[in-house]
Amino acid sequence: MNGIDATAARFLERRDLGPWGEADQAELDAWLNESAAHCAAFWRLEAVWSDAERLSVLRSFRPQTAKSEPRRDIWPILRRAAAATVAIAAIGAASAFYLLQPEGERYSTPMGGREVITLFDGSQVELNTDTSVRIAPARRMAWVEKGEAYFQIKHDAAHPFVVQVGDHRIVDLGTKFVVRDEPGRLEVSLVEGKARVEPLNNASKPAVLTPGDVAVATAADISVTRKTEKHLASELGWRRGVLIFDYTTLGQAVAEFNRYNAKKIVLAPNAPAHLTMVGTFPINDVELFGRVATLVLKVHVADEGDKIVISR
Amino acid sequence: MGETFEFNRSGKPASAGAAMAASDVKQWFVREVLPLEAMLMHFLHQNWRNKAEIEDLRQDVYAHVLEAAKTEIPEKPKAFLIATARNLVIDRIRHNQVVPIDAVNDLDELNVAADQPGPDRSAIARDVLRRLEAAINLLPPRAREAVWLRRVEGLSRREIAERMGVSENTVSDHITAGMRALADIYLGEAAELRSGR
Repeated sequence: MNGIDATAARFLERRDLGPWGEADQAELDAWLNESAAHCAAFWRLEAVWSDAERLSVLRSFRPQTAKSEPRRDIWPILRRAAAATVAIAAIGAASAFYLLQPEGERYSTPMGGREVITLFDGSQVELNTDTSVRIAPARRMAWVEKGEAYFQIKHDAAHPFVVQVGDHRIVDLGTKFVVRDEPGRLEVSLVEGKARVEPLNNASKPAVLTPGDVAVATAADISVTRKTEKHLASELGWRRGVLIFDYTTLGQAVAEFNRYNAKKIVLAPNAPAHLTMVGTFPINDVELFGRVATLVLKVHVADEGDKIVISR
Repeated sequence: MGETFEFNRSGKPASAGAAMAASDVKQWFVREVLPLEAMLMHFLHQNWRNKAEIEDLRQDVYAHVLEAAKTEIPEKPKAFLIATARNLVIDRIRHNQVVPIDAVNDLDELNVAADQPGPDRSAIARDVLRRLEAAINLLPPRAREAVWLRRVEGLSRREIAERMGVSENTVSDHITAGMRALADIYLGEAAELRSGR
């Protein structure tokens, strides 16, 4: 019977986006006349789709979720450019280690900020919220001191680009990859091509990654697991101003929002932090998140002005 | 509370009036029945363990409700909807010789949901935009993008294809998937399916 909904949606899509002529209408009418179940399915989808037209009032309010923003087109272009680029994002706490290496210029963003920096060789670094990155003036080297950054590196086999994070470094071997640095733990996820993760002090063996690999490096060792492409893409939602949750727990979702917004979301002790949710949210709209949490998770959300409190 | 409704298998006796016009039935269905979907889904989730069959059951309930409405529009849509759902659930249990013993949580409590207050329609009208906004944000990313570009930005299929860097056929797939998911979420299935319960 699920085929009924699928057929109804096909008819509705054709009628709404065209082309749609008399023959199409006759085909729909005949299908509707076949059974009450067909009518129910079509009328149901039609009613919601028609209501959804009201969403057009949101056009001017949420430009960051629309595709019209130039930065949003970077990802597909990057895909086509493939081996010419390296993508690195690093997130985490600063380490005193960097204070010993004052080389280069420091770029920082405040909470909720985002900035793109173009390097001398044409590579680009995109800084996420509350981030600090130092970039060497004339060699292919950068340090992530704090926060999260997405690197698009022009590949040059003779001069590999090196990103240093804590006491590890990532060496570009013609790839795209994502780096997450959390206190005591560095995570490198390879999207495409090849990259090497190694400790500065040779304390553990280097790991060479293939696409989908996720290396987790601690002071003691480097282990490798796997992540899906979808998961990796979700983690980079911040680049287009959204947070993407895919069966993410309420606790994790709240922690993500709190990275970007001065107005904090606080979970009361009785809040169901383990419940999961699916969805895409404007990164700076904690109020919308609160409203959706009310609807979907049936939690109580209190907006106290400077913070939002979620309880059972 | 306060609503009482008797439903027997042969249905209510038809009134002296003529059969309802299709447009009246449609209007009644959209205005009176669809807003009750959250309650219906809650009832079905409470009373039918096999989640894979819930959508099928919902379609079945709607088909029966429409068939009945062709003869006479039920006066109390909420009670009628739940009575129909209840009878279909019992029908399926009887028909299904190997139904697991826990398919229904408690047969005696099958009509509990009919006593619960349904959605307040004025509140629904007030909240339409807010609920739509919340619902569209819960769509899978690609479907959400396609629905957004169509419904918010008002782009054509070809323009959406260009924006998303996919074929027009793929756009149609995303839109149809988005339409179905949006209806499920907007009309109230979301809480049951997505809250991890």
